Amino acid sequence: MLQRLSFIPGRLLQAVPVVFGVTLVVFFMAHLLPGDPATAILGDKATPASLEALRVQLGLDQPIWAQYGLFLANLFQGNLGISFSFQRPVAELVFQAIPVTMSLVLFSMVLALAISIPLAAIAASGPNKPRDLLVRFFTLIGQGMPQFWVGIMLILLFAVNLRFFPVGGFGNSPLDNLYYLFLPALTLAISISPVFIRSLRSSTISVLGSDYVATARSKGAAGAPLFRQHVLRNAAIPTVSIIGITLGYLVGGSIVIEKVFAIPGLGSLMLNAIYNRDFPTIQAVTLFVGLFVVIVGILTDIAYTALDPRVNLTGKARA
Amino acid sequence: MNREAKAKMPGTHGLTETDVATSPEASPEATQPILSITDLTLGVKRGNSTTSIVDGVSFDVAPGDRFGLVGESGSGKSMTLRAIAGLLPGGVEVLSGHAYFRGVDLFSLSAEDRRALMGPQIAMVFQEPMTALNPVMRVGEQIAEGSRRHLGLSRKAAMGLAVDMMAKTGIPDPIRRARAYPHELSGGLRQRIMIAMALSCRPKLLLCDEPMTALDVTVQHQVLNLLEELCDDFDASLLFVTHDLAVVNQTCSELAVMYSGRIVEFGTVASVLQNPRHPYTKGLLDSAPDFDQPDRALIPIPGFPPHLADKTPGCSFAPRCSFATEACLTGTPPLTTVRPTTMQPTTVQPGAGVACYRSDEIAEGVLA
Amino acid sequence: MSSPTFLLVGFQARRRAKARSRSLKPWYRNTPLVAGMIVVGLLILLAIFAPLIAPYDPIAQDLGATLQGPSAAHWLGTDKFGRDVLSRLIWGAQVDLRVGFLAVLIPFVFGSILGAFAGYFGGWFDAIVMRIVDVFFAFPFLVMVIVLVFILGSGETSIYLAIAAVSWVSYVKIVRGEVISAKEQDYVVGARLGGMSNARVLFRHIGPNVFSQAIIYAMSDIVMNIMGIVTLGYLGLGIAPPTAEWGSMILEGQEFITTHWLQATVPGLMVVITSLGVSWLGDGLSDLLSPERRK
Repeated sequence: MLQRLSFIPGRLLQAVPVVFGVTLVVFFMAHLLPGDPATAILGDKATPASLEALRVQLGLDQPIWAQYGLFLANLFQGNLGISFSFQRPVAELVFQAIPVTMSLVLFSMVLALAISIPLAAIAASGPNKPRDLLVRFFTLIGQGMPQFWVGIMLILLFAVNLRFFPVGGFGNSPLDNLYYLFLPALTLAISISPVFIRSLRSSTISVLGSDYVATARSKGAAGAPLFRQHVLRNAAIPTVSIIGITLGYLVGGSIVIEKVFAIPGLGSLMLNAIYNRDFPTIQAVTLFVGLFVVIVGILTDIAYTALDPRVNLTGKARA
Repeated sequence: MNREAKAKMPGTHGLTETDVATSPEASPEATQPILSITDLTLGVKRGNSTTSIVDGVSFDVAPGDRFGLVGESGSGKSMTLRAIAGLLPGGVEVLSGHAYFRGVDLFSLSAEDRRALMGPQIAMVFQEPMTALNPVMRVGEQIAEGSRRHLGLSRKAAMGLAVDMMAKTGIPDPIRRARAYPHELSGGLRQRIMIAMALSCRPKLLLCDEPMTALDVTVQHQVLNLLEELCDDFDASLLFVTHDLAVVNQTCSELAVMYSGRIVEFGTVASVLQNPRHPYTKGLLDSAPDFDQPDRALIPIPGFPPHLADKTPGCSFAPRCSFATEACLTGTPPLTTVRPTTMQPTTVQPGAGVACYRSDEIAEGVLA
Repeated sequence: MSSPTFLLVGFQARRRAKARSRSLKPWYRNTPLVAGMIVVGLLILLAIFAPLIAPYDPIAQDLGATLQGPSAAHWLGTDKFGRDVLSRLIWGAQVDLRVGFLAVLIPFVFGSILGAFAGYFGGWFDAIVMRIVDVFFAFPFLVMVIVLVFILGSGETSIYLAIAAVSWVSYVKIVRGEVISAKEQDYVVGARLGGMSNARVLFRHIGPNVFSQAIIYAMSDIVMNIMGIVTLGYLGLGIAPPTAEWGSMILEGQEFITTHWLQATVPGLMVVITSLGVSWLGDGLSDLLSPERRK
C-alpha cells in the first residue's frame, strides 16, 4: 500500500503549475476590470489619496510580473486584502465561511450517494425494463431542473406546506446546523444525483455481466453480500473520478443554494461581494474555489488508487 | 415428452425428490447419475418469437465420472453448463427440460435453495481466470468466501482453509499469495486459484467451462493433471466443456458432441474417438492436430456453424456435410442409440448414440 | 469476445449487425430524436412567434391588477407589477433559448479547433494547451460565469463571453481525445503515409468522425448554458429587467411563494421541459452519429 501511494509526491508536483495558473487567473481578474485594479479594489467611493497609496502598495507602477510577484508574496502571508464592504480582512471572512460551505457540500454528497446507489442498483438490475426507463427518465428531469428552483420547490413543499424544515438559515448548534442544512443539501443532492446514477448504472450493468460476478454467484453469493463485496466496489471505481469533478460543481452550486436558503457560507459571501462590488472578497473566494478543486483532484487520484489495486504508481490503470 | 426423453436416454431417475442441500447422503443407489439432464431447451424470447440456443439436450453424468461436452463456440455447450449452474446470462431462459442433481430437479428449486447448492454441492471453474476473479479483492478472501458462507467458518478458519486449498493446488508460498490481487498472479496461478476456490467446499460436481483455453499449452497440461488429481481426491464428478478433443481424450471417460444446440453423438470417449459415427465428430477429429500422428494432414470442416436465429429444416450440419443426402436436408435425424453392427460388435456400448441418417455407413467405413 | 458471460459468437455478430442497422434505420424511428425535435421545435416556434402568441405585452404593468390568481383573462395570473405571467413565460423563451443555443457556438468552434490541433500535433503545444485547460477546469462553471459577468459588466454580450470563456475547455478535451485515438487508426495512418498534408488529414479524414462527439456534447452544453442564464437571472446578474426571462421570473415569484406558488413554479417547469427536449435531442443525435458507442 505504502509503495502504491508513492506516486503522491509526483502528483503533488504535477499540481504546482496548475496552482500557479489558478493564481495567475485570479491575479489577472483585477486587470480585466474597467479602470485600474486600485479602483476595483477600493471601490468607486475611494478618495484619490487612498487610491494612490494602494497603487504604490500593489506596485502598479512596476512591470506586470513584479506585480504578480507581489500578489503571490501577499498570498503566501495569508494577506488577501481588506473587504471594504465588511471592513475586515478578507482571509478572516473566507475562513469563517469555509466550514459552512464545506459541511453543505459534504452533506449533499452523502445524500446524493444515498439517493444514487439504490436507484442505480434498481436501474441496473433490469436494463431497459420499466424500472430502468423510469430511473433514466428521472435522471433526465433531474439534470434539467435549475438547482435554485429545486430549492424553492422543496421549500414550498417541506417548509411552507408541511413545515418539516425551516425555510432558511443555518442554526446555532451542530445538530441544528444539520437540521437547517438538510433541505439545501437535498437540493444539491437532487441536482448532482443524475450524474452519479448514470455513471453507476452503466458501470453496475457492466460489472453485473462480468465473469467475476458469475464466479461469485457460482459460490452461492447473492443479494446484498454480492452487491457489497463484488459489485459496488468495482462499479464505484469509475464513479470516484466523477465524484471528484462533481465536488467542484457542488461548490459552484452552493453559491446559488446558499442564497436560496440564506446560509452564511462562501456563496453568500461571494454574492454579497458581487452586489457590493467588493472586489478583494470576490478574488479570494474565487481563489479558494480554484485551489479546492485542485486539491480535490489530488484526493480523487489517491482514492482511486486505494480502491483499485490494479492502478500502478503513475496513477493510470494497468488493465 | 419428459418421459420420452428419459426413455431415449439410458439411466433413469425414479428417485424421490429429497432436499440434497440438507441431506446430501440421500442416494439410495450408487449407480444413480449425479447429474441427469433431460430434454433441456434454452432460448431467447423476444416478443412472440423464441430462438432456441440449446434444443432438447439430454445426458447423464455418473458419480465419479468425468464427462466431456464438446463443440465449437456457439454449439450451446457453455449455455448448457450455465443453465446447470443457474448462471444464464440475461435474456436466456430455460424453455423446457430438467436438470436432476442427485435426483432433485435444479430448475424446480427456489433461487435460495439453489444457491445453497452452489459451492458445497456444485462448483464451477470458468474459462478466463483473469476476468473470472474479482480484481479488487485478495485471492485468499475470494477462496474463503464460499467456505465462510456455506460451512459457516470464521474469517480466520476460512483463510486457513483457503491457504490449505492453495497449497493443494500446487501454488508455491500460499500464505503470501493469498494476500495477492488477481492481477499480480500469472494465468496458471490464477486458474489454480479458481480450482482451489471451486473445490474449497468439497463439491460433488465440478463444472468446468473451457478452463484451459486462456493458458499456455504447457500450463494447460499441468492444470489439467491437477484437476484430475483433485477430482479424484475430493471424489467429485466432472462435467467438462471444451472444444478440444485432445483435452477430452486425456481427461474424460464419457463425452457428448454438440452441434448447433443439439447433441449429435455421445458415448464413451474411447469408442467415440476411435469410431466416430457422426460426420461432425469425424470432422472435428480430422481438423485437430494429433500428437500420435504429427504428419497427418489437418482437414478443416468447410463452412461455418449456422446462425442460431435462422434454423433451417433438416440436419443442421447438412450444409457443411460432405455425406449429406436429400433426406438430411428435409428431416432432422433423431438421436438414436447405436445398434451393434457387424463391423464393430465389441466397441459399441449400451450408452452410446448418434444423430445421423448415415451413421452406420460412416462407422463401417463405407463413407470416407 | 472471450467472455463466457456473453451469448455465443453468432449472437454477438447479430448484435453488432443490429447496432449497425440502427444507424441505417430512418431518422423518424429514432424516438429520442423525434421527441427532442418536437419539444425543441415547439419551443423555438413559441420564442419566434412570441409577439403573436402572447396574449399581453410582457412588460406592460397594470398596477391596478397585481398578484392575481389564474383567471380567464390571465391564465397564469399576474405578477407584482400586474404583468401577465403567461405572456412573460412565452417571451422568456426568447432570451433563454437564444442564449442557451448561441452561447455554444464560440466555445464549440474555438475549443474544437484547439483540441484538434493539440491532439494531432502533440508535443509541447499539446502540453501547454492541456495545462491551460487544467487551470480553467479548476473553476466551476457557475463560479467562473458569475465572476466574469461581474467583471465584464451585465448584458447579453458579456454573458456570451463569460460562458465561452468557461466552456471551451470541454471541447478541447473531447476533440483532443478523439483525435488522438483517430490518429492511430489505419485510414489516417494510411493518408499520412500517402503524403497528405497535415491540414488535409486533419480536416478530411479525422474531422467528420471526431466532431460528431463534440456535437453530441454540445447538446448537454446547451442544457448547462440554459441553467447558467436562468441562474444568472435568478441572482439578478442576467438580462436586465424588465425583459421577461425565466430565471428572473423565478426570483420575483419566490417572494410570493406562500401565496402565489404558481409564479415561481411555472418558469422552472419551462426550463425543465426545455432541458428535457435538448437532452432527448442529444440522445437521439448520439444514436444517429455514433451508434456503436451506445449500449
